[in-house]
Amino acid sequence: MSLEDLKEELSKVVEPGDMVPRDYEKDGCLLEIKARVDQVEAVAKAALEADCFLESIAAVDFTNGPQIIYQFNSCTSISRVLVRVQLSRGESVVSIGSIYDAALWYEREVFELFGIRFDNHPDLRRLLLPEDADFYPLLKDYGKVHAFRSTEEIYGE
Amino acid sequence: MANEFLEPITEQTFYLNMGPQHPSTHGVLRLFLKLDGEYIVEADPVIGYGHRGHEKMAESHLYEQFLPNTSRMDYLAGLIFNHGYVAAVEKMVGIEVPPRAEYIRVICAELNRISSHLLWFGTYVMDLGGFTPFLYSFDDRENILDILDRVSGSRLTYSYCRFGGVSRDVDDEFITATHQFVERLRSRWDDYHNLVTKNVIFIHRAKDVGVINRELALRFGCTGPILRAAGVPYDIRKAEPYSVYSELDFEIPTGTKGDALDRYLVRLQEMEQSLHIIEQALERLPDGAIKAAVPNKVRPPRGDYYFAVESARGAVGFYIVSDGTSYPYRLKARVPSYGNLQVLTEVLPGTLVADTISILGSIDIVVPEVDR
Repeated sequence: MSLEDLKEELSKVVEPGDMVPRDYEKDGCLLEIKARVDQVEAVAKAALEADCFLESIAAVDFTNGPQIIYQFNSCTSISRVLVRVQLSRGESVVSIGSIYDAALWYEREVFELFGIRFDNHPDLRRLLLPEDADFYPLLKDYGKVHAFRSTEEIYGE
Repeated sequence: MANEFLEPITEQTFYLNMGPQHPSTHGVLRLFLKLDGEYIVEADPVIGYGHRGHEKMAESHLYEQFLPNTSRMDYLAGLIFNHGYVAAVEKMVGIEVPPRAEYIRVICAELNRISSHLLWFGTYVMDLGGFTPFLYSFDDRENILDILDRVSGSRLTYSYCRFGGVSRDVDDEFITATHQFVERLRSRWDDYHNLVTKNVIFIHRAKDVGVINRELALRFGCTGPILRAAGVPYDIRKAEPYSVYSELDFEIPTGTKGDALDRYLVRLQEMEQSLHIIEQALERLPDGAIKAAVPNKVRPPRGDYYFAVESARGAVGFYIVSDGTSYPYRLKARVPSYGNLQVLTEVLPGTLVADTISILGSIDIVVPEVDR
């Protein structure tokens, strides 16, 4: 499966304007999808349809709310896609663990480090931190960080 | 899960804690097993005992200061993590690395890959009850540690790569010693195969045990020898060639079934391929500088970046968000053992407790890498 197949699958679920090509030579990614919270499940299904695997789920904290970045790639031809989902503070996302098993642990990790809840997750326990941890260490208001910025300051939008 | 301790369970099933301190878990890993007699019904790997918060540390450190952290994630393939991080930042800033430095990095990374595989070989066979091969492989591995110690100054947690190159040049003695090591390890393959590969007890412990096929591996995001043993020739060194790998000739060994024996064979063949890469790189090693001119503090332009390399266990990636200052805004390390370990939740149920040792060993996890 190639990037074109993935694009075709994705174009069924997101608007073409939300698919932004990226410069692989510059930043290692080929395509970026700006998805809304309610599109996450459909995007994950489209990626599975295109025979991609889930490379990682990362979250980043911004002053205007955290972002989740899902990263899909194919093992037959390089097609790294970043799916960027902007959340408002306290908003939850639907779990994609039923589509990709790999997501189960990544979501647990994002939950314990950022406090983002995943709806329909079968087992949203803490993964790396102690079971009774009552803090979310990767939020920018925890511990020592160098800066706390908005998405606009970094991506200029 | 923990509350189930308190509830009455049927007479047949019971819980067994394997770890956190267990000789075959290769680090502090706890496997929470629900057993029906000797068969596993449910498996839950409990991780996080070695969580040091590297990703949080990155946010309060300069890009340069974070460098030593990278080799402490996976302490068995530290140079490859080093290489991945350094190459990611170089790509962000746009630093051209001199060819000699790239070749040195590749030689050292491949030596590190072999040392990781040799350690795995010894400990895996020891987990299965064979003590002698462990001594053989550690004897060979010691040569690599000596070689890398000479150039980098450390035996395990190397911080040899620098932005723009490497910290120290290699000398003739390094080249001679590496050539000698290649010869030596090649002459040992017969011993390895006679001792282990052809050993009937080993074959029975590994064949058809812990089958991870293509579909399962992709669902859990497994990479590295596990995915290749399932017949998928996916290797970052070929899929998205970094450094000078595109100029070197090597093959990607694959298996067919994806059982523990396939994973064992894939790793042995990978060591031979690494030797082949090292020989070519030594032959082509150009003269010249080993480090480009780099500002004291790097300030990558704003935006987010991803860079992947192939470690001994699979695809390692650094996702870095930069806010234009000399501190990373967010650094996420995608580590291969994460998916490789998670797949156990699906592979272990239905197998015997005794096979857990073989399956866990064949997956070759490094727990501090999972915990970060």
